[in-house]
Amino acid sequence: MSFLDLKNVTKIYPNGTKAVHETSLSVDEGEFMVFVGPSGCGKSTLLRMVAGLEDITEGDINLDGKLINEVDPSERDVAMVFQNYALYPHMNVYNNLAYGLKNRGIDKETIEQKVNDAAKLLQISDYLQRKPSMLSGGQRQRVAMGRAIVRNPKIFLFDEPLSNLDAKLRIQMRLEIKKLQQKVGVTSIFVTHDQVEAMTLADRLAVINNGIIEQLGTPIEIYDNPKSLFVAGFIGSPQMNFLDGNIKNKTLSAEGFEIKDIDSDFEGEVKLGIRPEHLSQSENSLINLKVDLVEQLGSDNLVYGQLKDKKDFCYRCPGNLTIEKGADLSLNIENNKYYIFDKSTGKRVN
Amino acid sequence: MKIKPLQIIAHIILILGVLLMVVPIWISFASSSHDSVTILTEGMKFHIGDQLARNYNEVLNEKGGWSEEVTAAKMFINSFIMALGIATLKVVISAMSAYALVYYRFKLAVPIFWLIFITLLVPLEVRIFPSYKIVSDLGLTNSYTGLILPLVASATATFFFRQFYKTIPDELLESAKLDGANAWSFFIDFLVPLSKTMIAAMFIFMFVYGYSQYLWPLIMTTAEEYWTVVMGMKIIYTESYEGVALPRTAERFAYIILSMIPPVLVVVFLQKWFIKGLIQTEK
Repeated sequence: MSFLDLKNVTKIYPNGTKAVHETSLSVDEGEFMVFVGPSGCGKSTLLRMVAGLEDITEGDINLDGKLINEVDPSERDVAMVFQNYALYPHMNVYNNLAYGLKNRGIDKETIEQKVNDAAKLLQISDYLQRKPSMLSGGQRQRVAMGRAIVRNPKIFLFDEPLSNLDAKLRIQMRLEIKKLQQKVGVTSIFVTHDQVEAMTLADRLAVINNGIIEQLGTPIEIYDNPKSLFVAGFIGSPQMNFLDGNIKNKTLSAEGFEIKDIDSDFEGEVKLGIRPEHLSQSENSLINLKVDLVEQLGSDNLVYGQLKDKKDFCYRCPGNLTIEKGADLSLNIENNKYYIFDKSTGKRVN
Repeated sequence: MKIKPLQIIAHIILILGVLLMVVPIWISFASSSHDSVTILTEGMKFHIGDQLARNYNEVLNEKGGWSEEVTAAKMFINSFIMALGIATLKVVISAMSAYALVYYRFKLAVPIFWLIFITLLVPLEVRIFPSYKIVSDLGLTNSYTGLILPLVASATATFFFRQFYKTIPDELLESAKLDGANAWSFFIDFLVPLSKTMIAAMFIFMFVYGYSQYLWPLIMTTAEEYWTVVMGMKIIYTESYEGVALPRTAERFAYIILSMIPPVLVVVFLQKWFIKGLIQTEK
């Protein structure tokens, strides 16, 4: 049995909404697991069930070999960082960190030692006497993390902790969280709706949609090998292009082009997925793109345009290529990197 | 900086307001320093007279009442105890009941809240006979307990605390739970310090409410040693002169001025909490 084990966990709210459907998942000790999905997909509910803040309707949660379904949140030895940090506004930073330790009846010297250690680790030693209202967003974030670290819990739970920060700080804190987790080595679950955050932080990633884990795996596995239309569309930025198509006798025909000898026995209506970064300009073109707009990011250019059938399409090319608005590009798929999904079920078929 | 006409008008209005509040108090104070005959014959005074010390000394120490047993000082103490008891208990009880209503989501919380709220429509004056009956059956007439107890439940304060607790984000409770806080420590460690401005405000209102109670102590107390300030104002300082009851006006003014001191002290003392709450914008 692994460190954290969820077995057929289901959450049905009193009003009948089914937030989480029979989800099973295991997290290894020291692993950084990320739950990613659109808002309302049940990822936070799942996290809160682990924390003990939501009742479990059905199923079992085991932490460190102990069934914790009915265990009070304070007894579970978990620490959580909330989206709005939930710092204690009337206590200074020191007491924010020390409060949980005090409640556990730890003696004063040990508390001071632990708080100072955590403060040093997070570089907040200078602010220990300040109230949270006198701190900046990033500092508050650190205090919230400090409050979690100082208790030395079995598991860290992060509930979208970066979404209140500005873009630059978010990237910085993202890195720091990852570094910190590696340094402290605590098993962590991180909930986010931001796929970049998810990709960068995770050891393993659970893509959740409508209360179901759509796919579980390392970020690269999921990026390279999405199992469903939803995962393919959700992971990757800019989003994967989707085209309607039809397969007959191993030949996929889409609007304006055909791909022969595809690796699938599926026949019928499909969606063809192509990532913007898996395209290149070539002579023997497959796709003709009329350029509407070019976003120059420096390292890359994002080229937006339309296909023959007026379908929106995106192509990512190196930043040194100059592409004019209104140009006609002929594009080919690199290394046959395309994904085919059953149009009716959304399942991957190639 | 140029002064705009609008500002001048605003200041005139404010000054008028201040005068409206301060002048009556000044007249009372000035009049309390003359002797009663002067006041009766010449009307109220704007300047300080020569009877100040004598009047105040008399008011504080003279025994009054029908049986000449109670002094003004004693009545001040009674009122102070009564108001303090009412204010303290009202704040404690309301804060706790609001806590129960907001955080213990039991089924009847909403009906119970409205039941509490409806008691606003039934002030003590309306239910004074049943209240008196209960208190007297309990043998609490002529006691501080009897003066305080029937007045300690407060729908208003419960309502305000409830509204305030509802604004506290759920994450704070959840975070505290994960930090091992139980129901009691969440109340003491979080809600009480977070609502201290609120508590100070409620305390002041309730203190003044308790201090200015008239009907209840009037009915409750037969022994003069439990008389309160507002009662005393009516009863004492009347003098018989050739068979006609003449008010001892100067002493009455002195009494009024003295009676204002305890509530003013409470406000002054708690005011810094208000200001603290105002300048510290805590989220």
